[in-house]
Amino acid sequence: MPAVCFYFQVHQPRRVKRYRVFDVGHDHDYFNDDSETDLNNARIIRKVAGKCYQPTNTLLLELLNRHPEFKVSFSLSGILLEQLEQYSPETLDSFRALVDTGRVAILGETYHHSLAFFYSLPEFERQVALHRTAIRRTFGVTPRVFRNTELAYNNNLGRWADQHGYEAILAEGWDKILGWRSPNFVYRPKGAKRTRLLLKNYRLSDDVAFRFSEKSWSEWPLTAPKFSHWVSAVNGTGDLVNLFMDYETFGEHQWKDTGIFNFLRQLPQEVLAHPDNGFITVEEAARDYPARDEVDAPEVVTWADTERDLSAWTGNDLQTSALNAIYGLEPLVLAIDDPTLLEAWRRLTTSDHFYYMCTKWFADGDVHAYFNPYRSPYEAFIAFINAVTDLRLRLEVDNLALAPSHSPAVLVE
Amino acid sequence: MPVRILMFGWEFPPHNSGGLGTACFGLTRALARADTLITFVLPKRVNAGADWLRMCFADLPEAIGRGITAYLYPYITSENYARERKGLPPVYGLNLIDEVRRYGLLAGEIAASESFDIIHAHDWLSFPAGLAARRVSGKPLVVHVHATEFDRTGGTGISEEVYKIEQEGMRQANAVVAVSQRTKNMIVRHYGIPPEKVTVVHNGIEAADHRPLPDRLVALKRAGEKVVLFVGRITLQKGPDYFVRAAKRVLELEPKVYFIIAGSGDMEGQVLREAAALGIADRVIFTGFVRGAELDALYQSADLYVLPSVSEPFGITPLESLINGTPVIISYQSGVAEVLRHALKVDFWDTEELANQIITVLRHPPLHKTLKQYGGAEVHQVTWTAAAEKCLNLYRSLLTPA
Repeated sequence: MPAVCFYFQVHQPRRVKRYRVFDVGHDHDYFNDDSETDLNNARIIRKVAGKCYQPTNTLLLELLNRHPEFKVSFSLSGILLEQLEQYSPETLDSFRALVDTGRVAILGETYHHSLAFFYSLPEFERQVALHRTAIRRTFGVTPRVFRNTELAYNNNLGRWADQHGYEAILAEGWDKILGWRSPNFVYRPKGAKRTRLLLKNYRLSDDVAFRFSEKSWSEWPLTAPKFSHWVSAVNGTGDLVNLFMDYETFGEHQWKDTGIFNFLRQLPQEVLAHPDNGFITVEEAARDYPARDEVDAPEVVTWADTERDLSAWTGNDLQTSALNAIYGLEPLVLAIDDPTLLEAWRRLTTSDHFYYMCTKWFADGDVHAYFNPYRSPYEAFIAFINAVTDLRLRLEVDNLALAPSHSPAVLVE
Repeated sequence: MPVRILMFGWEFPPHNSGGLGTACFGLTRALARADTLITFVLPKRVNAGADWLRMCFADLPEAIGRGITAYLYPYITSENYARERKGLPPVYGLNLIDEVRRYGLLAGEIAASESFDIIHAHDWLSFPAGLAARRVSGKPLVVHVHATEFDRTGGTGISEEVYKIEQEGMRQANAVVAVSQRTKNMIVRHYGIPPEKVTVVHNGIEAADHRPLPDRLVALKRAGEKVVLFVGRITLQKGPDYFVRAAKRVLELEPKVYFIIAGSGDMEGQVLREAAALGIADRVIFTGFVRGAELDALYQSADLYVLPSVSEPFGITPLESLINGTPVIISYQSGVAEVLRHALKVDFWDTEELANQIITVLRHPPLHKTLKQYGGAEVHQVTWTAAAEKCLNLYRSLLTPA
């Protein structure tokens, strides 16, 4: 009796504008591009809300009303929530309406959609706490299942989730950690006592997220009956089918004219046509199924590219030096109590900034080019590193003011 | 069966005065290594020595060289011709256009004495020669556009006569080769040539032509100075004035940078005066025209190479810089921007952004290193072998009856 477990990732970064070296020391607003380009965050939010969030939310609400068995799960980054509040509050209301049905689970993640777990555990925990607060305030629910930015997962993170009482944590169902095992069961992170591990069925997920409109694909066109048939085929060989994908799949990555909305509209009835099938949230998945085995993930696994590692964010010297530059500021940020600088710093930890600097254009190229609002990874680095330079100067000035030996009173006799 | 090519081209390195000679040589050598037999015709000055032809082809033994007495060289202008002709024997044409036509007539005589399958003519100065050869032989003609009159003049004050020769050559030819998509677009838009008649063949570079050399600027480097390099004719087309204006902005933030301008041209005095007016004359070094190993050494010593061209059909110098291990900033208004991904790119007029890019590269070694590493790898894919392959395919399509 396979149950379909949908989880949609909803996130938009605050992209750094074309911040030039000449802006350092003069302009402290790094994210306020107002051009007609894809660096204009307000413009992007309104565009994606119109093409994806609003129509898909409307459709999901309709499906939830029509099928009492239908359920989905979402993870929304804090940085997205505040941008929706700012630029498209009606979209935020439509997410609230979904959660209010009681059949939509909300996952926990880092507020700033960062990779802080791998650079600073204390900052990671602060960002997770910020996110929990934001989710409670926005939706009145507390996340009980965790997913890390880019689905980046390893044993340490599994242990962390276990220690912090999460019912489950999500990861890519990558062959390297699964071996011969199927992603269609619930597992246990290595050494975990209570927390479950839910693994993405990347084949079926990517059939929808990436291949849906690919005319050269032998299964094109993908229809709801066909896909439901594949789901039903799991019957007897698995408990659940984890379909994890970016929410922007609907209407943004797969445009409306590909038929993606009709596909989604028909899918619940087609899946439910088979009496053994159902839908569950990530929380129910953790509760309702036994953990079949322990999964060992000593290396980081993500949901990106053919390598499924962190190389899309940390693969070249631009990325590592940018990451070191931003996380290197943590002591300066913590030494002073300035919410503006703290928030500017955290916004610069968002993983997307590093993704835009990715130079792996040759094999995985198209995906990176499509998602890059900069004309090249080099321009992404230049804007970012100059903004970091400005932030560092501001932090150094504030830190200097705090240091007693440098106080002007000493200099003036 | 090898394809026999009658090619009308220009001087070869090391005796060239710019990219056209480098391109003719690179393409001809790669073609000669493929399944072809090439007779390469080039203009010869009356007073050239007996050894002249052998010298020209010293580095290209695979091709047969023939000279035609004519006073033509790449980038020659009507004004230059008129001025220089005064000191020449009277065999040459009355003016440049007259000389180009006269060259064409003589080319017809050469064509009558040679056997070949295809004619390939490089740039407008040799288009009448190519057309004459076709009239004599009836063989298909390919004209190769390395630059249009719109590039050379920056779009202002184009010569009607030159334009007409270019257009006539492209119209009458069986096929047109453009050195970039950018150039193809110009040919279609400004010359009214149907796009399906124009094939884009990007220029290339051969790594073996360049080798590591001792650093010539050791003393500067030891003093912590950085070097930003410009190589090219100091003319409107190449944007040396934008280079100097960006230099001014860079020096405001990073005073320990030298800007080297390697080349000569009609704007030299103007650019010199501009540097002085901006108060940065002590930071801008003019080396004059540099070639061969000296140029390679210059590339290798520089921290960054800039091509700020206003209108660049292709632009081989960034390839030379990358082959020599120095990262590049290139203008979006260049054909080379189509083949290099691992380069910084900028609109030539945006000197503020150019300065921003220069400073950020000089300040952040990982950016310099990444551009150098990936750009250095990428440039090895931009080969003359690939260019020759495309030309051969084009020849074969013209030689196969439809």
